[in-house]
Amino acid sequence: MESVIERIDKNKFFSFSGGIHPPQQKFLSNDKPIRPLSLPQRLILPVQQHIGNVADILVKPGDKVLKGQPLTAIATPMTVPIHAPTSGVVKEIKKASIAHPSAMAELCIIIEPDGDDKWQPRKINTDYHQLSKADLVAKIAQAGIAGMGGAGFPTNIKVNSQAGVKYLIINAAECEPYITADDLLMREQAPTIADGIEILDHMLEPEYILIGIEDNKPEAIQALKTVTKHLDKVRVCVLPTKYPTGGEKQLISALIGKEVPSGSLPIDLGVIMQNVATVFAIAEAIIHDIPLIRRVVTVTGTALKKPQNVWALLGTQVQHLLDQCGYQHHDQQRIIMGGPMMGFTLPSLQVPVVKITNCILAPTNREISPASKEIECIRCGQCAEVCPSNLLPQELQWSAKAKDYDQLEALNLSDCIDCGACAYVCPSHIPLVQYYRVAKAEIKAKKVQEAKAEKAKLRFEARKKRLEKEKLAREEKQRLAAETRKNKTKSSGATGAVAAALARVKAKKAQQDASENNANAGSSAVNEEPATNSVKSAAAAAIARAKAKRLAAQKTTEKAADISRFQRPNDTNDTSATNATDATYTETVKRPSDNKPEGEKVDSKAAAIARIKAKKAAAEKTNVVSTSEPKAANAPVETQTQEDTHALKDTHAQKNTNTDAKADNKPDAKAAAIARIKAKKAAAAKTNVVSTTEPKAANAPVETQTQEDTHALKDTHAQKNTNTDAKADNKPDAKAAAIARIKAKKAAANKANLDKASSEIEPVSKEPTSEKAVTAKPESQKVDVEKANPTTASSEEKIVSANTVSETKATSSKSAAKTTQRKSTANKTSASKTAASKTTAKVKPATKKATSKTATKSAVTKKASAPSNEKTVTKKAAEKAPTKNTRTATKTVTKKTNAVTKTADQANTKAATKTTAKSAPKTATKAATKTAAKSSAKKTTVKSTVKPATDKNANAETDIQTAAQASEKVTKTKTPATKTSATKTSTTKSTVKKAVTRKRTTTSETKVKAATQKASATRKTSTKAKQADLFDESALASDKNNNAQVKEKTSKTLSAEEKKAKIAEAVKKARAQADAKKQQKADS
Amino acid sequence: MSIVIALLIFGLIAVVFGALLGFASVRFKVEGDPLMEQIDALLPQTQCGQCGYPGCKPYAEAVANGDAINKCAPGGDDTIKRIADLMGVDAIPMDESHEQDNTPKVAFIIEEDCIGCTKCIQACPVDAITGAAKQMHTVLIDECTGCDLCVEPCPVDCIEMVPVKQTLQNWQWDLDAIEVVQID
Repeated sequence: MESVIERIDKNKFFSFSGGIHPPQQKFLSNDKPIRPLSLPQRLILPVQQHIGNVADILVKPGDKVLKGQPLTAIATPMTVPIHAPTSGVVKEIKKASIAHPSAMAELCIIIEPDGDDKWQPRKINTDYHQLSKADLVAKIAQAGIAGMGGAGFPTNIKVNSQAGVKYLIINAAECEPYITADDLLMREQAPTIADGIEILDHMLEPEYILIGIEDNKPEAIQALKTVTKHLDKVRVCVLPTKYPTGGEKQLISALIGKEVPSGSLPIDLGVIMQNVATVFAIAEAIIHDIPLIRRVVTVTGTALKKPQNVWALLGTQVQHLLDQCGYQHHDQQRIIMGGPMMGFTLPSLQVPVVKITNCILAPTNREISPASKEIECIRCGQCAEVCPSNLLPQELQWSAKAKDYDQLEALNLSDCIDCGACAYVCPSHIPLVQYYRVAKAEIKAKKVQEAKAEKAKLRFEARKKRLEKEKLAREEKQRLAAETRKNKTKSSGATGAVAAALARVKAKKAQQDASENNANAGSSAVNEEPATNSVKSAAAAAIARAKAKRLAAQKTTEKAADISRFQRPNDTNDTSATNATDATYTETVKRPSDNKPEGEKVDSKAAAIARIKAKKAAAEKTNVVSTSEPKAANAPVETQTQEDTHALKDTHAQKNTNTDAKADNKPDAKAAAIARIKAKKAAAAKTNVVSTTEPKAANAPVETQTQEDTHALKDTHAQKNTNTDAKADNKPDAKAAAIARIKAKKAAANKANLDKASSEIEPVSKEPTSEKAVTAKPESQKVDVEKANPTTASSEEKIVSANTVSETKATSSKSAAKTTQRKSTANKTSASKTAASKTTAKVKPATKKATSKTATKSAVTKKASAPSNEKTVTKKAAEKAPTKNTRTATKTVTKKTNAVTKTADQANTKAATKTTAKSAPKTATKAATKTAAKSSAKKTTVKSTVKPATDKNANAETDIQTAAQASEKVTKTKTPATKTSATKTSTTKSTVKKAVTRKRTTTSETKVKAATQKASATRKTSTKAKQADLFDESALASDKNNNAQVKEKTSKTLSAEEKKAKIAEAVKKARAQADAKKQQKADS
Repeated sequence: MSIVIALLIFGLIAVVFGALLGFASVRFKVEGDPLMEQIDALLPQTQCGQCGYPGCKPYAEAVANGDAINKCAPGGDDTIKRIADLMGVDAIPMDESHEQDNTPKVAFIIEEDCIGCTKCIQACPVDAITGAAKQMHTVLIDECTGCDLCVEPCPVDCIEMVPVKQTLQNWQWDLDAIEVVQID
């Protein structure tokens, strides 16, 4: 197969499919030389005359410009500058109608020529071979040359191709029927064109240079052949005339027989094509330094008198061109820019000539009939035959009419070159090419829209993401703020609670001091007098309390100061809150003091009120404390439990008040008060220690304080318990026990203080919420247990002995005091068990023994205490048991459960001892397991204990109840009426019996006391660990008590109150224990 | 015996095909909802919310889940038709409650009246309004989707929707000049 060049040399050419042969009208203008035009009145230079980006304007209105001076800058490769076509003044820069079918206004630089036509300094370059390729490209770019064939593609980009160009094709076909601009240019400027070809050869280094020219331009062909004779690479290829040979793709097919694939560029075939006019412009720019400021325009048409090719300066208005060529305007006259095939009708004659304008056609109607009316397609298929791109114009037309753009794209509308051959041949006069143009524009717009939509989508998504991020950040900020606020409130509340606790403690101290004497006397009179000294003593107590509260208030202030010192500097609110609390305190303190002068009773009332307030405050504080718990309380049960606890606390507070009130009436109360005071002293001491230690826990001041508050409250409870004990003092046994307890508590308090002092770091670890406390408890328990172990060992023994003694004595029935002691002992023992199990296996056996003994005792006691009670107890126990279980689920409840567990342990042990020796070890094992598994284990134990025997639970409960009852009984014992009321309750019977028994067995009591003391010591240690548990326990107990109370209340209000008080006391005890535990935990 | 063999064979076949299907369901699992994505691609992405959903994607999701396809006012009948084609349902006319005019518009802030309240900035779903508090705002026309969500919040009514200016880039040939005569 012969090569392309061989074929060309033989004058054999390929052909492209389709094409038409419209009547040639070139004769109108090709016989006259190119005529230079006179300077127009003004030049309108659109800023953008090329495909690409708009360039920046370098001139401003009023500037004087010289010919050839650039008016716009080269910003990017796709921008092409424009130059002043002649010297003159920039008149204005505004939007003006341009050469576009829409006659749309675009930014134009309007120059008023001055007539001088003065060039800017030019640098004529005779030897372009000296210049590098890059320099040449730059020069071409600076000259503002864009494809002059019609597309206006920046030439500098086209000639800046990489190596590998095989064919450089010079397009001189000029296939449009009327246009002769290139023809004339070739004829007149052939040497310059030859220079341009050489420059391009130098730049692109192609293998061959093919000049494609139709055979209807013989003069041009001759001229080109002459000037390119010396160039071996050049072949002048004379092609048969056929429209549209001048199309880029068509010319390539015709010359080298290859089709440019759809979507690719000629360069992919190694072909670069330049229009002959462009080549001329390049030569002028490189050699003569003349930028593209003029071009040859064919002004033709039979409507013109003198159709001719003219040298038109860019920016010359079409009107001026026509005027120069003898145009006579009339309304029906159409002026077409471009050829008859591809041009468009100008909407205005004021539009300027631009770089791509090659023809202005003014045809008569006979020449080119105006757009005839379109009729339906008759499917003749001629359009498809003539399509040079091998498309299906008919289908394209339908799709275009249906706006089926997808289908249009599928039919390769983009390959349509708008040649108009299809429309030319259409017998239905369908302006097919117009439809395609519209469709192409639509598709382009759609693509732009899609791109915009995509961008909008991205921006929308980005915004959403940003908003989301901002929202999160805001929430986080709010959360932090809320936390800070909460902490502040908590700390303030805690401070208040602490203060309240302190106040209470002090008040009690004072009370104690005040009523010590009374107590001495009162204790003797306890049994005898129902209510002689009551008022006086109460008054004294109240005064003492008030004083104490003052002191407390002072202390609180100190504390607050300390706290504030240790707190973050930012937490000014805390301090203020503390101050507020102080103020409240002061108020509370003041009231009693103010009332003092008034009647004693009033005083007592006031004192009571003050107390109540203080207690309420305390309760509130406790609430605050417990409020932290609710976090753990997902289950309503827990919340309820907490509420119960709160209620209980409130009740306690009230009870305390009641108790106080009672104390006022009853001489016994004095003793109780004394006991209380002592206990409070101890507690106060503790609290003080606590307060001193608090600051160290500065990191978690709030928590610590809260805990301390709770402790304080518990202390108070403990004190109350003590009070109850003190009341029990009326009965020798009870007294002894109470004393012992008090002492024990003091000791415990000291311990606690020490513990706290030693381990204040714990508080920090102790959660802001009680949950953490709960979790921490087990650990602290362990520690406590460990600490307690030594003590426990001894105390256990003692307890054992005491128990044994008591057992023997209690065979028939045990006193209330004993019961209480038992409880405590049991608790202690259980605690010690746990401790023992935790710490060492050795300790365990002993503890177990002790426990079992105690258990046995208690069990016996229980049995003895009330057969009839058992039922009620059992019922209660049954009731409580489920509740306990439920509560157990929660951590908060866990505390209670722990407490219960302890009791349950005892009960278990008892039961075990009763039933089999085996069960005891089991219990021990359980205890151990509990310790290991902590709260969960405890729960399990509780369950297990509950399961084995309701009796056990009942026992456990019974213990608590019994304690309450015992206290009640004590109170009852004090008041005959109360006794009777108590007697109504089943428990009461046993209590009475116990009381009696107590009296009888003084010795045993003494022992018990000793045991109790030891036990209390042990308790405290162990209790601390389980403080929370105990706390809950106490709550439970109090619940139970409440129930019992309710029952009793129905019988007698007094008795109920007493019971309540007792319950409260019991609760308080439990709380005290819990406090101690907490402290220990904190320490640990 | 033959029954047993038949059962075995068919059982085996069932197992084989089950395994194949199972594998295919894992191997060729399509992430996300392709229908929703396709509908979303058809929507004009003006994010105008006229459909009652906060953005085009949510509406696409709703359409994929069975909502009416005629709620996109900016998309107009073209979008309805395309969605109908995609979903294989009948194209229905535009919801009457929606604006019929869907000529492309962009927001324009009358800058003399702007008080710099930033409310329009917050309303713009594509962040096409720039400005700061007490500073004059302006619309980035190239980014504006013409959703007119910024018009409502403006306290001084200084935002108006103007039709997109015609340029050479978006100019359309006027086909009304071309008359079609039906042949009898």
